[in-house]
Amino acid sequence: MSVVLEIADVAVRFPGNIARAVDGVSLALRRGEIFGIVGESGSGKSTLANAVMGLLPARSTVTGSIKVNGREVVGLDDLTLRRMRGAEAAMIFQDASASLDPTWPVGDQIAEAVRAHRPGPAREARTKALALMAEVGIPDPARRYGDAPHRLSGGQRQRIVIAAALANDPKLLIADEPTTALDVTIQKQVLELIDRLRRDHGTTVLLITHDLGVVSQVCDRVGVMCGGRLLEVADTQVLFGRPEHPYTRALLAANPAAAPRGTRLPVIPAEWSVETLEQAERAREPTGPGDRR
Amino acid sequence: MSEAAASDLSVPRPTRRRASTRLLLSGGLLLGLLTLLAIAAPIVTPHRPDAIDVRRVLAAPDLAHPFGSDALGRDVLSRVLYGLRASLLISTSAVAASLLLAVPLGLLAGYFGRWVDSAISRSLDMILVFPAMLLAVTFIAILGPGGVIAAAAIAVIYLPILARVMRTSTLVVSRHEYVAGARARGASHLRVLAAHVAPNALGPVIVQASVLAAFALQLEAGLSFLGLGTQPPTPSLGGMLADGRDVLTQAPWVEIFPGVAIVLAVLAFAFLGEGLRRAFDPLGVSE
Amino acid sequence: MSELLRVAGITKRFAAGGPPWARRHVAAIDGVSLAVDRGRTLGLVGESGSGKSTLGRCILGLATPDEGEIVFDGKDVLGLSGRALRDFRRRVQPVFQDPYGSLDPRWSVGRSVRESLDCFKIGMPADRDKRVLELFGRVGLNPALAGRPPSTLSGGQRQRVGIAAALASNPELIIADEPVSALDMSVQAQILNLFMDLQQDLGVATIFITHDLGVVEHVSDRVAVMHFGKLVEVGATDDVMHRPRHDYTRALLAAIPRPKELQQEA
Repeated sequence: MSVVLEIADVAVRFPGNIARAVDGVSLALRRGEIFGIVGESGSGKSTLANAVMGLLPARSTVTGSIKVNGREVVGLDDLTLRRMRGAEAAMIFQDASASLDPTWPVGDQIAEAVRAHRPGPAREARTKALALMAEVGIPDPARRYGDAPHRLSGGQRQRIVIAAALANDPKLLIADEPTTALDVTIQKQVLELIDRLRRDHGTTVLLITHDLGVVSQVCDRVGVMCGGRLLEVADTQVLFGRPEHPYTRALLAANPAAAPRGTRLPVIPAEWSVETLEQAERAREPTGPGDRR
Repeated sequence: MSEAAASDLSVPRPTRRRASTRLLLSGGLLLGLLTLLAIAAPIVTPHRPDAIDVRRVLAAPDLAHPFGSDALGRDVLSRVLYGLRASLLISTSAVAASLLLAVPLGLLAGYFGRWVDSAISRSLDMILVFPAMLLAVTFIAILGPGGVIAAAAIAVIYLPILARVMRTSTLVVSRHEYVAGARARGASHLRVLAAHVAPNALGPVIVQASVLAAFALQLEAGLSFLGLGTQPPTPSLGGMLADGRDVLTQAPWVEIFPGVAIVLAVLAFAFLGEGLRRAFDPLGVSE
Repeated sequence: MSELLRVAGITKRFAAGGPPWARRHVAAIDGVSLAVDRGRTLGLVGESGSGKSTLGRCILGLATPDEGEIVFDGKDVLGLSGRALRDFRRRVQPVFQDPYGSLDPRWSVGRSVRESLDCFKIGMPADRDKRVLELFGRVGLNPALAGRPPSTLSGGQRQRVGIAAALASNPELIIADEPVSALDMSVQAQILNLFMDLQQDLGVATIFITHDLGVVEHVSDRVAVMHFGKLVEVGATDDVMHRPRHDYTRALLAAIPRPKELQQEA
């Protein structure tokens, strides 16, 4: 069983901030698994994902080691990073509309992803793009190939983005809140698609989300982040059934779907709450769980 | 409740020296200096601008007359200062007058939309059709030359641009939920416009106005160059440029100094406008 | 009469392309009827494009329906103007989704809360500031925050300000449009608790518009489900959530990725 992504004691610091956005996170993703990172805003989950892809702003400092397919990514130069992105590791984001050029046909955008790493005749790229569109479940790909993104629904746009991400069969797919902007019925379909693609291609998926329900639907293992720290990692069923960390327990209990109707929802203790962290950030004093270790 | 602990929050972030601050400062300083000189012209000028002195016709610059004398022996420095005064006055009052009209028009068009917007925008578009200089000349041809008419012409020329910028930022601001919230909380349209929409939408149009002031100054200089703006004997920078053409080889100072004054004034407005734009309108609503 | 609001046959269309002489229309709301009793919470559920937000705006008077009637406390409210409209507005208040856009960035939050007091001329001007501080306390905000601009407050705090502003005029009905959707789960829990407390203490009726079925189940007495402008199902929360009759409701419920293990623990 090979390790596709290995993160060792990674810390990320943005200029001008005292608190670290990511503070000593370590984890290892096995081939073919879907690993969910769940956390609220400011937990550092997106920052971590961006660090893996080398997408952090230039002036941020990253310490520690991130190995994608055994190759160290921290400190890599731009050219090598670009070759890696799309070919070995790909990323999709929350807002599919922002990832697509509004004036290009969607099919061409997938074809462009194909040709970025495998230059060749346009016809081949087009054929591959059509195949990808069919695979992600776009009905009648030939007809929709030339459509502009706005002609597609939100769910279909996200499928196009997924197709482009998988164009070069990356071993690692990072999905940062891929279904947050979608309706619940569409969300289910997109998650099922990611699950199916993972099984067909053996892709490893790092799924970033704030939604516990999403995690419970498709993830094999889960990591809980808060304040830049990875508080708990476990198999999904174990995490939901026997959560260990008090923050995890509080998070699970705060879900309105879990509490009996009409009862007050348990409040997450002040030291963990996002608001405390936000205020701390603004007051520029480090606070939160980091200090209690 | 945990909220009770949410007492003192933000420590203000230290400001960073940015390009916009430098531009603002240099533009502002230069403009301030020029304005001061212009206002104080009657006190500062060593000689009267219309004092003809046949002994000093086309005399080169010296200590008593640092900018030399023109074809009628008049002191160029004094004339430049008075001309600057006229130029600044006309261009700023033109832009101010334009703003005064553009802001309400833009507000109404952006806030109410539909037929109100169509009516206002289409009418203003008709002005936009004409090239600026052509419109100004036509204006003056009908109403006669003069500083005030020139200012009015310039105001009309820039009205559509300012109104459109105001309309755009009004459209953006009107969509914010606090506008709907204010309406739901009993505020009348007038109150919403005055208390919520206008203050939040004014930024870009102020910036645009400062940028346009630079153009207004050039336009005014162009008009007076053609003899259509400020009329002699009142000195005007453009007029001096026109006069200086004939004696350019003999007495270049007659042409150069008013030209430099125009460039400096335009630069000052441009820096100020650009600095304001970078500081207050980074999204680029203004043009 | 225990019925506070009755909405009947509301239809609202929007232009959707086509030349001016043959304009096509899309019905954002298509013949929707529902009712809310005093002091009760109705959850209005639907996905994007269902028309639930548009319906909320129509009830608030921020949009005009093309057909149908809205009856509040026995009186028809469509076509109201002047003092009567003011009166209606005072009794029906909104809470919005976006805690960042729903407050004027240039106003202190206290002033935003005071706005309805000023516009409706409630109380003496001298007493209004005191009332604002009272409201702050009621929604769990430190009164010291009243003078601050919204940018210095967190998302949850801003939403509390929005709720305080809605309560200022002592409304009988609150239309809350996705009030917790933009908040983190921990903050969401606090705001939901606040809504439930207010309902208990003040007896305010609420229309809780949301796409989140978990939230709706938690706070509503009755649930109405909308789909593409039509009302497909309405009933007591328990009935709709556990014994749904319409296919769409069933699809919606089935689509919720629910952590199954959680129910075992609870």
